[in-house]
Amino acid sequence: MATQATFRIWRGDPAGGAFQDYSTPVEEGMVVLDAVHRIQAQQANDLAVRWNCKAGKCGSCSAEINGTPKLMCMTRLSNINLEMPVILEPMRTFPLIRDLVTDVSWNFRAKKTIRPFRPRLPDSPDGTWRMQQADVERVQEFRKCIECFLCQDVCHVLREHHKQDEFIGPRLLVHAAALEMHPLDAEDRVSDLRRKHNIGYCNITTCCRQVCPESITITENAIIPLKERVVDQFFDPLKQLFHIL
Amino acid sequence: MPEFQRFSYDVLVIGAGGAGLRAAIEAAATGAKVGVVCKSLLGKAHTVMAEGGIAAALANVDDRDNWRVHFSDTMRGGQYLNNWRMAELHAREAPDCVRELEAWGALFDRTKDGRILQRNFGGHRYPRLAHVGDRTGLEMIRTLQDHGIHAGMEVHMECTVLRLLLDGGQIAGACGYDREKGRFYLWQAKAVVLATGGIGRAYKITSNSWEYTGDGLALAYHAGAELQDMEFVQFHPTGMVWPISVRGILVTEGVRGEGGVLRNSEGRRFMFDDIPDLYKEQTADTEEEGWRYTQGDKNARRPPELLTRDHVARCINREVKAGRGSPHGGVYLDISWIKKHLPKSEEHIKRKLPSMYHQFKQLADLDITQEQMEVGPTTHYVMGGIRVDGDTQMSTVPGLFAAGEVAAGLHGANRLGGNSLSDLLVFGRRAGRYAAEFAKTRAAATVDEQQLQATAAAALAPFDRGPAGENPYQIQYDLQDTMQDLVGIVRTEQEMQQALAAIEKFRARAERIGVVGNREYNNGWHTSVDVTNLIIVSEAVTRAALMRKESRGAQFREDFPNKDAEWGKYNIVVKSGADGAMQVEKIALSPMPDELKAVIEEMK
Repeated sequence: MATQATFRIWRGDPAGGAFQDYSTPVEEGMVVLDAVHRIQAQQANDLAVRWNCKAGKCGSCSAEINGTPKLMCMTRLSNINLEMPVILEPMRTFPLIRDLVTDVSWNFRAKKTIRPFRPRLPDSPDGTWRMQQADVERVQEFRKCIECFLCQDVCHVLREHHKQDEFIGPRLLVHAAALEMHPLDAEDRVSDLRRKHNIGYCNITTCCRQVCPESITITENAIIPLKERVVDQFFDPLKQLFHIL
Repeated sequence: MPEFQRFSYDVLVIGAGGAGLRAAIEAAATGAKVGVVCKSLLGKAHTVMAEGGIAAALANVDDRDNWRVHFSDTMRGGQYLNNWRMAELHAREAPDCVRELEAWGALFDRTKDGRILQRNFGGHRYPRLAHVGDRTGLEMIRTLQDHGIHAGMEVHMECTVLRLLLDGGQIAGACGYDREKGRFYLWQAKAVVLATGGIGRAYKITSNSWEYTGDGLALAYHAGAELQDMEFVQFHPTGMVWPISVRGILVTEGVRGEGGVLRNSEGRRFMFDDIPDLYKEQTADTEEEGWRYTQGDKNARRPPELLTRDHVARCINREVKAGRGSPHGGVYLDISWIKKHLPKSEEHIKRKLPSMYHQFKQLADLDITQEQMEVGPTTHYVMGGIRVDGDTQMSTVPGLFAAGEVAAGLHGANRLGGNSLSDLLVFGRRAGRYAAEFAKTRAAATVDEQQLQATAAAALAPFDRGPAGENPYQIQYDLQDTMQDLVGIVRTEQEMQQALAAIEKFRARAERIGVVGNREYNNGWHTSVDVTNLIIVSEAVTRAALMRKESRGAQFREDFPNKDAEWGKYNIVVKSGADGAMQVEKIALSPMPDELKAVIEEMK
């Protein structure tokens, strides 16, 4: 492994910015975030970077590393070609605050528009519920989500078409799936998914699933089943025929 | 003169981890106007990293469990320095708090008959931890977050709190700035709940995230509140030791709960060599009995790997010092060996410990279903904190409440795994309830405008010094080295005196911190605030540890290696003296009621 590497980091704010090169020593076992911290401590004290757990559990340090959305804390330098400068950019789908930090508050506002969990009445004599592990596991996959928003970053509906006002994006479709498939939930979000959250905008290119650091099968396990529910409720030809008659 | 954006609340909650969110939900449910200020984005707080589970005597897996067993386990684990009232309330109310979480959408792993599954953990007599694989903290924080955003609270994300404000000795709110733009904020409040977590970043090797800089402790200290039990810092026995850059990251106790064993370089299960008297009767005699315990045999006793964290950490330390450690200075933790007993062990491990599998695979290139891990002690938790009333969680400052890791009392000299998540729920709920009640009795307090301006001016001073000043990151690194080396797992008078002298120098350097750039998302500036808080908590830890001339729970003094019954009668309390210097004193424990004494006797 190289002993010195160059990191080409985006420095700037909404008014503008540029890439700046920083060279720093690197060692075996280091991740990108380690290098960023070293640069911050020694060469650029005011370098803006958001991070928390440094263990892939909180989803704070999302960035675009050599053009791919990743968590900086889980990207090992040994998996990157250090012969070339490593390019670090903020997530481009969200408004820039400064350097590597973006304003992701839209995700939190959009989440509030989804109907919350509403459990059915407890059905066990002790006033709780019984659930089988197999039923729980299906939803547990979605609840692994660490809200790093890398899937939102890569979604072309948000990134290229800027449909933030109409479409909730893969992260929040996963959230809706977790609620809809929750064994206890009694709320109905299918109509909202069609009309308010515009699930139809997703054309299942699976970009979101490919960048998910938790390996959630976003497209196949969350979005497509929700689309099927929408189709069942609104576009069933037999039902439509029935309606006309 | 800096402008302040002004907000006014009945209850202001500082911190949005498990305790803060639970407090905010409870306060909002009473109709109080609630504001939440947090240092990170919502849902990123350190609670997210909790792995093992929530301890609660639901008795779903072993029907012999009840609150009395949980109470006595907690007291034994804390070496009887715990606030007994908190230990009682915690054991009684934890099951209800877990069921509440389920009613808000949390999805715990299930028993065969469809109830909440519970797992074994160190120091708990029966399987007691409600869990979701090894990502229980994420489940908990996300459940509280998703419930909370519809509960009617205003959240101020990514803000640093600079000072608690007082009006005639009572709490009046807090002031600080937002990280995004560096704008100053005033949050007026009739009651404040501190839920800012711990102090792990005072040490070099820690499982804690950057947020854990003791902010709440320093804020409370300056406001005149008392801190208690600060000498008790928990070193979790199993943190990653390699690669260097991930040193300290937690390896859940759940690995041992599922049958993982500790071995030294000679392949010996050294934990069998040293079993404390207090636990002799509850510990397995043979490896075979230990294995049966982890697989749910009710007649078996627990393996010595599941002794309390303080003890396991010291045993690992001893093996390493004796030259029987692993190549990178730890010992071996092995879960792959269970393939001898279980046919589909690979799948079993991946299902029970998915994050651990992922973490080692990705960060260390190691497959835990096939190979041994290397682990060593890592700073994990502070038992000490703000001294509070056991029922209401109010500190010695009227209107200032504290819940979760930032509060002291529940855990005494050592915390049992799993008791922290239940602590957050039980005492978050109580703090929220009593803070809202307190707020109802009060009119809005007045804020001292001069103090507000002085706080802002002091916060901005590092910009005036600019690049000529001290580098805040460097002070933090130096402080971490000092605490790691001199006030760590093994302590002596001489080393701790050295630490105190060093801390004085850090304080002087911190007064000369210089910050470059502007106020927008400037991590250097944020670190300058963090460092001053860390210096205060480091001093408190060191002074309390110096005063306690005995070894008990998490505190091990090489110069006083034994437990001293006399010291078992006192808590150590730290506060700011009239002259601004730190005062340390011992305060007698309050006498335990006979009913509770009887419970402890019965469970011995």
